[in-house]
Amino acid sequence: AAAVAAAAMLSLDFLDDVRRMNKRQLYYQVLNFGMIVSSALMIWKGLMVVTGSESPIVVVLSGSMEPAFHRGDLLFLTNRIEDPIRVGEIVVFRIEGREIPIVHRVLKIHEKQNGDIKFLTKGDNNAVDDRGLYKQGQHWLEKKDVVGRARGFVPYIGIVTILMNDYPKFKYAVLFLLGLFVLVHRE
Amino acid sequence: LRKNVEDFTGPRERSDLGFVTFDITADILDAKKCMVFFLTCIHLQSIFDWNVKQLFLYLSAEYSTKNNALNQVVLWDKIMLRGDNPRLSLKDMKSKYFFFDDGNGLKGNRNITLTLSWNVVPNAGILPLVTGSGHVSVPFPDTYETTKSY
Repeated sequence: AAAVAAAAMLSLDFLDDVRRMNKRQLYYQVLNFGMIVSSALMIWKGLMVVTGSESPIVVVLSGSMEPAFHRGDLLFLTNRIEDPIRVGEIVVFRIEGREIPIVHRVLKIHEKQNGDIKFLTKGDNNAVDDRGLYKQGQHWLEKKDVVGRARGFVPYIGIVTILMNDYPKFKYAVLFLLGLFVLVHRE
Repeated sequence: LRKNVEDFTGPRERSDLGFVTFDITADILDAKKCMVFFLTCIHLQSIFDWNVKQLFLYLSAEYSTKNNALNQVVLWDKIMLRGDNPRLSLKDMKSKYFFFDDGNGLKGNRNITLTLSWNVVPNAGILPLVTGSGHVSVPFPDTYETTKSY
């Protein structure tokens, strides 16, 4: 309801502005919009390169790492090969065949001379280790399953992403409003 | 930081299972957090400052075997919240997690190093891993225990 009211308010301004805009100004605003989107993408890709992780920022989705992390906390990851995986580290990993990454702590590692490593994880708030979560027949995680190591975090901020996932209408409303705002806003 | 241990190993199908009992005497408050600039420590402050939500402590055993060049196993962990007593004096603790080796590398292994480390969890910010000073080396015996006395 709040989204609808805000959209209604904006649409009144929107109509006024549109009448005042001519074709050239419209193209200008669209290009502006395109630039903002490209810059955002570039920053994200840049982060991916610097951190070495395919997903440098993740949102904590479950309570399995409480009281350290709660649902909605934002984690900053790095995945540099030079940093070896050691016990006690908080890793974000994906189980083969599953999309959702899991944030847990490394409990055990066995590393060979050549650097091949297999490790076991466990959530701080879980009573048992993660063997039950891994794929059928899989007893260990390997480097390839790792998305990154958590190096820093900010609480609460990720709630927005969770809300957008759980309530798609909210996501569309946010995107719609953002789009409107950028297209209509005069610099 | 001091730890004392006595131990024995038990066979478990194919992999060695080690049993370790330990004491932990630690004063975490003594561990000072150090701001490092250009490799020199310029500012010391207590580890539990306003931005520290909790410490995740863990006792890990590190050793080398024929199979694997490096093995690390967490034997015990504890969450220490801000406000909890920072002095630990735990006696005769049994390991929380099974100390399985990947293979049979515990038998006769003379050099298992136990270290106490912790993960500083801030209210917001960097998540450093700190290793406590002081560690204990533990040897495992050459024979398996056949009696279930654990």
